Amino acid sequence: MSHTKASRALLSGNEAIARGAWEAGVTVATGYPGTPSTEILESARAYADDIYCEWSPNEKVALEVAAGACLAGARTIVTMKHVGLNVAADPLMTLAYIGTVGGLVVCVADDPGMHSSQNEQDTRHYARFGKVPILEPSDSQEAKDFLKLALEISETYTTPVLLRSTTRVSHSSGAVTLGERRPAVPLPGFQKNPQKFVPVPLHARPMRDRLEERLAALAAAANTSPANRIEWGDRSLGIIAEGIAYQYVRELAPEASVLKIGWVWPFPDELIREFAAGVRRLLIVEELDPILEEHVRSLGIACEGRNLVPGIGELSSDRLAAALGKSAPTASFKIDEDLPARPPVLCPACPHRGIFSALGKFDVVVTGDIGCYSLGVFPPLKRIDTILCMGGGISMAHGMQKADEKRADKSRTLPRVVGIVGDSTFFHSGITGLLDIAYNKGAATIIVVDNRITAMTGHQEHPGTGRTLLGEDTITATVEDFGRACGIKNIATVDPYDLKEATETIRKALESDEPWLIVARSPCPLYTKKSVGPARRVDQELCKKCKACLRLGCPAIEWANDEIRVNELLCGGCTLCEQVCKEGAIAIAAAGACHE
Amino acid sequence: MSKTTSIVMVGVGGQGILLATQIAARAALIMGFDVKTNEVHGMAQRGGSVMAQIRFGEKVYSPLVPEGTANVLASLERIEALRFASFLAPDGVAVVSRQAIIPVTVSSGQAKYPTDAEDRLRKTFRRLAYIDAVGVAERLCDTRVANVIILGAMSAALDLPVECWKEAIAQCVKPRFKDVNVSAFEEGKRLAVSV
Repeated sequence: MSHTKASRALLSGNEAIARGAWEAGVTVATGYPGTPSTEILESARAYADDIYCEWSPNEKVALEVAAGACLAGARTIVTMKHVGLNVAADPLMTLAYIGTVGGLVVCVADDPGMHSSQNEQDTRHYARFGKVPILEPSDSQEAKDFLKLALEISETYTTPVLLRSTTRVSHSSGAVTLGERRPAVPLPGFQKNPQKFVPVPLHARPMRDRLEERLAALAAAANTSPANRIEWGDRSLGIIAEGIAYQYVRELAPEASVLKIGWVWPFPDELIREFAAGVRRLLIVEELDPILEEHVRSLGIACEGRNLVPGIGELSSDRLAAALGKSAPTASFKIDEDLPARPPVLCPACPHRGIFSALGKFDVVVTGDIGCYSLGVFPPLKRIDTILCMGGGISMAHGMQKADEKRADKSRTLPRVVGIVGDSTFFHSGITGLLDIAYNKGAATIIVVDNRITAMTGHQEHPGTGRTLLGEDTITATVEDFGRACGIKNIATVDPYDLKEATETIRKALESDEPWLIVARSPCPLYTKKSVGPARRVDQELCKKCKACLRLGCPAIEWANDEIRVNELLCGGCTLCEQVCKEGAIAIAAAGACHE
Repeated sequence: MSKTTSIVMVGVGGQGILLATQIAARAALIMGFDVKTNEVHGMAQRGGSVMAQIRFGEKVYSPLVPEGTANVLASLERIEALRFASFLAPDGVAVVSRQAIIPVTVSSGQAKYPTDAEDRLRKTFRRLAYIDAVGVAERLCDTRVANVIILGAMSAALDLPVECWKEAIAQCVKPRFKDVNVSAFEEGKRLAVSV
């Protein structure tokens, strides 16, 4: 055991990717926040002297900005979560035809197990779909090394490259050996070449041919890449493992022969054949879809895989033990089955709670969106009825309202539709939906819960906050201005902590035949790190235990031992409980000993 | 695999599990071990049950602690230790804060919070340090350091020198919070030894 050297650091996979970008001489980094990818760009900000970093309004813009920088010769990275790549798919598909000048790596973080996502899509499909190579690191050290390797592949073969991480790579920390930054390379600037950069059909057809030639060259290179390697061991069982699955396999079966695949597509066919020929039984271990397994079979090689390895949710050594013929360690301590569930909830003093509480007074359908406010689906609030995708809360509200207009059975009145999106989501992809409502004469009510930050992913700036990722002051885009520009005539701004104002505004909007845009604006207290007001306390003599305050679903209000109490350690003083208490039993608490 | 030390830290989102995880991982790294952690970010952070894990040893492959193998289960909330009990090895140590945080599912009448948590903990865990971390933190006039008090208590069951822990704390907290966190760590360590 020796003490750590200065060049060794504990980095998460995301921090390691950012470090790799810096070491590799990247000068432009863009992205949109999304768990589990967010910390890549946040960490890149530490290298702001060398790297221009920006939160773009959405992933499509981020990739287009990076494409421009790359065609000007810069090494660039773009970061997003898996569903963000759907948004950025359009530029990716054609950038693959055009190719790159400076290296361009799209860092995409998948979320097997859906820890913080609405679906479990497997980004590896995009590699084949878009005809671009994809690398997949299995720990922090590889995250850094593969980012650099991906940039080299991108420049050598003039192709964008995908770097697929997963939650367990992005959010695991491990020891990483640090390197220095590559010496600066003179930037050539954009060199005009319409045959290469302008894919009008006349040019796109030869590009299409060149793309296939490039893929053949990439497939050959994958066989000799340091990202793919055979580790010979006991030949009775050979395991092909990729990404984080390699670590689980190695932990469980240190004796087995393993083909570790880090360059996932185009597949390293020669290596696969060599490995398969050298083992008696072949098992494919990959997380999510059986992409590698199906390919191995297509080579005429018999193998096992999905018949033994789960394809839903994330893998672990526990879940793989049986497939590898190992006994999983068993729990010796039993879990109590009657423990109360503790799902994630809106924080104490969250401004969204005021809007959900106000909405609780109306019989409406609420189309929700992606953000903290999606937590409004859970009891006791239960004020979200659908969620689809970023921006979908606005457009779906319009669609439901139009469907209701055209229904054959007019004998009963259907509930009105309210769409809810957050501020960052509005700027990401809500504006076009709002424009659609105004343009196509919709009548939905849209509430933008504007807490002045991208909150769910851990507080990132966006065009409405007045600051850039680099912390510089900038323009402050406002939801109301966009609403007016779209042609929405009824626009109201409310304080979400003022229940009466919020309720009356929503009532007015629902009684109208026209579209309304309500902006509920108050900053996220977790971000400002300030209480909204002093902590509250329940006067037990006045409390009639009507539980109106408990219906706010505030984690600071506790029901225990037949008593309702405010946990003053948690309370943010938002006053919503005080406003809903008809007995006047809730008021400011006295300060504790450590407070001034 | 048997040489890998595994720690599971659990609690409620917002209690400072991430910081505690980083400190423990750095302490192991400073000692010269290979280290891996896994952490929880994003949606799960918001007041829900959270778990983070730290593994260290000569060579660590998986960042995930298999069930039944953790050397230490540290819980910042009393019933969360029961929820994640299955991770602890038969001879493992449970370090549990007495703090009770009532879930919204209880307050909204969907479930009940156990009134006999301490009994259950004592019945469940053979080796238990049950600690009033919030009470100690209040005496230190900073309730936020309850997580580091639990770290201190947990350190008594781990083979890492106290200097590594202190250096790790210095690396992970802002300079002006270093002293209170070091005091919190020492208080926790003292409490666990006296249990």
